[in-house]
Amino acid sequence: MTTTIQTLEPAERPLQIMSSRLEGELLEVSMGPQHPSTHGVFRMNVALDGEIVRKLKPVFGYLHRNHEKIGESTSYLGSMPYTDRLDYFCSMTNNWAYALSVEKLADIEVPERAEYLRIILAELTRLQNHASLLGFLLSDMGAWGTPLMYAFREREKILDLFESLSGSRMMCDYMRFGGCRVDASADWLAQAKKIVERFPKFLDEFEKLIVENEILIARTQHVGKLSAELAISAGITGPMLRACGVNYDIRKVDGYGIYPRFKFRIPLGEHGDTYDRLMMRALEMRESIAILKQAFEQIPAGPVMNPKVKIRAFRPPVGEAYGRIEAPKGELGFYLISDGSPNPYRYRVRPPSFINLTILEDLCLGHTVADVMVILGSVDIVMGEVDR
Amino acid sequence: MVGTGILKGMAVTARNFVGSYFEKERLITVQYPEERSPLPENYRNFPILIYDTDDAEAGLRCVACKICEKECPPQCIYIVKSEDKKPDYMGKPQFYPAVFDIDISVCMSCQICVEVCPFEAIKMDKVFELSTRERFDALLQRKDELSKSNTYYHNVHPIEAAEVDAKLAEAAAKKKPAAPAAQSPAVTSPKPSPT
Repeated sequence: MTTTIQTLEPAERPLQIMSSRLEGELLEVSMGPQHPSTHGVFRMNVALDGEIVRKLKPVFGYLHRNHEKIGESTSYLGSMPYTDRLDYFCSMTNNWAYALSVEKLADIEVPERAEYLRIILAELTRLQNHASLLGFLLSDMGAWGTPLMYAFREREKILDLFESLSGSRMMCDYMRFGGCRVDASADWLAQAKKIVERFPKFLDEFEKLIVENEILIARTQHVGKLSAELAISAGITGPMLRACGVNYDIRKVDGYGIYPRFKFRIPLGEHGDTYDRLMMRALEMRESIAILKQAFEQIPAGPVMNPKVKIRAFRPPVGEAYGRIEAPKGELGFYLISDGSPNPYRYRVRPPSFINLTILEDLCLGHTVADVMVILGSVDIVMGEVDR
Repeated sequence: MVGTGILKGMAVTARNFVGSYFEKERLITVQYPEERSPLPENYRNFPILIYDTDDAEAGLRCVACKICEKECPPQCIYIVKSEDKKPDYMGKPQFYPAVFDIDISVCMSCQICVEVCPFEAIKMDKVFELSTRERFDALLQRKDELSKSNTYYHNVHPIEAAEVDAKLAEAAAKKKPAAPAAQSPAVTSPKPSPT
């Protein structure tokens, strides 16, 4: 499918909901950086007319820590643990994206078992990211605690799996270019399978909890509508793009790793509002479970690391590569230029949550302040990745 | 009817609340200081240096090759190589680290030092209760604090340690025909004990 749209009218501004009877000035409010629902240190300069948002300017950079420059001054191996710290909810997919681009750069093959393990871990990451996103989103809406705790209970099980495999719950640092660091035991796979098989039960329950809730419907439907044209031209990716009805999933488009071997569907939204973005996550989790079940059945025995790859003093040939994957939040890409030295000459991250956040103003205009939090929650940002 | 969705949601909450008294799956909280969940075998926290035998100085496996210092991404390892040599665990004269410091306030537990070490000298510990009242010296661990015996390593990572011991024993067995005169019997004698 094609995804290029050249020109676009300026984003349509919603009608004035409240006539400005008082002819008053706009009230400028700085929301954040220390605000409980900005998901980290993120600030929005909001100009308000009563309660209606008239202008919104996102301010990034409070968590900037020079990730790309550090990547250029450490070895290829040394950047791997730093990628965990980008989107700290999904360190496995960050590792994979980076490993994929180094593998492209140096033309490295990955053993079969490692490919399967990568898919298992990436889909488990998607499950726990989406589950906790739903919890956070409801928490932003005022459902304090309960849904978030239910989601975190499930997430905890997956994090325990990560811990027993890689040694750490969140900063996994598990993948290497040429495979994975350690092999998964049969016990681990059996345990993971058990957790995945029980996951739909949680989803059913969670959906019962939220889907029909009138308050949730009132707060999310027709709120923060994003048109497909704007989404495409702004470079939005991931569930947010698919919620507008654009069928674009890098797992299908690129077919990186061994994704073409798996049967799964891409859920698509229709309206592009907050409710669609929310339900998109619930539907994607079901597809992830389908992928995981296939992977557990098919996973072969064998090595998990390409023995030809020298991890230490790794010098890829001169060249450049862009490796991208469908991270839970959207397209995560690493662009590397090698000049033949042990450090990359250029190391660039294409973070999904940063680019998804750029259209926040278009989503929020005309809505109330309370809706801003819900819309921001549905964008799914992690500041570690936005500011890098 | 308006409100049925909310009631359905409430039913789920009620089921979870009541269920948490009966179903173990619904109640996963661990009352931390009193109860502890077991740490998995692969759990890692901060690096330690392994020594064989009982003497932390003589049995230290580290030969101060400085590979870990070079590869450490946040550069938290500081090594000064010794002037003289001492026999290592295989009886071969080797350098040893005169100074080996790890600043664990900088360390990010990435395990790269463990992966790149060719001598199986640096491994990951499982101790996580490390809070101190003081910010600088208390978090800078010196060689004597970092040195841990092989028995300790066996306690924290039983499976991994057994694999490492087997690997080292194999390497020692390969070396033996070339150098039959074992210079220090005290060092070679504990080799078979862990296997």
